[in-house]
Amino acid sequence: MKFRNVAELVEIAETDGLKISEVMIQQEVELMNRPREEIFAEMERNLEVMEQAIQRGLTEDIHSRSGLTGGDAKKIQQYKQTSPVLLSGETVLDAVSKATAVSEVNAAMGTIVATPTAGACGILPGTIFTAAEKLKSDRETMVRALFVAGAIGFCIANNACISGAAGGCQAEVGSATAMAAAAVVEMAGGTPSQSAEAVAIALKNMLGLVCDPVAGLVEAPCVKRNAMGAAIAMVAADMAMAGVKSVIPTDEVIEAMYKIGQSMPAALRETALGGLAATPTGRALERQIFGNDVKK
Amino acid sequence: MKYRTVFDIIGPIMIGPSSSHTAGAARIGRTARKIFGRQPKKAVITLYGSFAKTYRGHGTDVALVGGLLDFDTFDKRMVQSLDIAREQGMEVIFQESDDLTEHPNTARLYLEDEKGNVEIVGVSIGGGKMEIIELNGFGLKLTGNDPILLVLHQDQFGAVARVATVLAKHEINIAYMQVARKSKGSQALMSIETDQSVEADVQEEIRQLPGILNVTVL
Repeated sequence: MKFRNVAELVEIAETDGLKISEVMIQQEVELMNRPREEIFAEMERNLEVMEQAIQRGLTEDIHSRSGLTGGDAKKIQQYKQTSPVLLSGETVLDAVSKATAVSEVNAAMGTIVATPTAGACGILPGTIFTAAEKLKSDRETMVRALFVAGAIGFCIANNACISGAAGGCQAEVGSATAMAAAAVVEMAGGTPSQSAEAVAIALKNMLGLVCDPVAGLVEAPCVKRNAMGAAIAMVAADMAMAGVKSVIPTDEVIEAMYKIGQSMPAALRETALGGLAATPTGRALERQIFGNDVKK
Repeated sequence: MKYRTVFDIIGPIMIGPSSSHTAGAARIGRTARKIFGRQPKKAVITLYGSFAKTYRGHGTDVALVGGLLDFDTFDKRMVQSLDIAREQGMEVIFQESDDLTEHPNTARLYLEDEKGNVEIVGVSIGGGKMEIIELNGFGLKLTGNDPILLVLHQDQFGAVARVATVLAKHEINIAYMQVARKSKGSQALMSIETDQSVEADVQEEIRQLPGILNVTVL
């Protein structure tokens, strides 16, 4: 094992003068005993599935079986193209619309890549494809961005958790946002430590986020949390590139996320018993979707 | 380290909507089928924790049955798995349990047909990854990634040594091994991860050893 946490990852990268993506690829080659080309091709396949999901979400008429989600990605894209003024900015809205697109496709039981989970699958495609357009990145840089995200996710998953049932939404959307922020930094030419700062800045803004899906479905509020996760990732990447540093070191932020998750009551960890799921409207929607035989 | 490869984090490619409740569940079902060795005629599936509370919304039922039908996480037939199971004559019964389990996403699968039965407990640990933690009452840990040799044997001295000797003779290296038993002197289960594949002739040689009750390779 080359690295066990973000500090070790950054140290290896900076000592050897490597990108984070390169450290991840080398570890994968060594640990899994697989040829580099094969690993790269598998990751490229993931990127293709992401691209197809964005395309579907932005062009097709996507609606989930419950009717709770679908169609918002198109609305945001439309607004972005026609509104004379964009309050948050074109790049952020582009990332938001693409993240929404993939998340809506997921809710409609379409094909996606779990990054790190299906519930958070919109954030990486949303940010990477938006950044690539802006930076005019080539395909290799985009595939490498997925390895950066993988390296950060690897540290989070092994030192904390990445499932809503174990750690709340902060463990899913929070982790994905942190992974995306680091990935975009490398795409933009930032250093490994800037990627690590972006992780800390992004994840800090997700701490405490509970998993409270209406009717237990990966729809509301999940799709909108993917949208905002993408926005936070883009801004966190910019802040880190500007030289802003996190007061609390990245690995300690991850540790804090883990401990917060452990102290979260079960009602707020993907059981649909608390939070937005337990609001009058949340409950009414649940009855509407599943009929009256819902026993909760 | 629970997560070993980058593709545990970026991946799997899957049918939505939930990696733990859909993809992880599908992998539990598929591994259970692999352990059983064939498609069961009947499956009684007990769900615990978050699985029990949200399985219909997440399609956990659809995914577990999809796995029992040998569908991978990205198989588009997944969505129709309950109908396909019915058409193929597989009876499926779902039960929800309030019992507390160590992990919130836990499923117990009892599979049977006229030839036999098996009981398996699987947990979905996040990001589509799963572990089988119990097999016919024996505690163990299977991730479904590596080839594994399962040896059911009488709990007595020398059993491990005899199996290890056969593997050594065929130049098969043991990567990881665990032995679990229900009680002293009863039956015990060895689960052995190997670097080389354990071919049919080696399995047969192990089967012929004294005190060996059953040999399976996953």
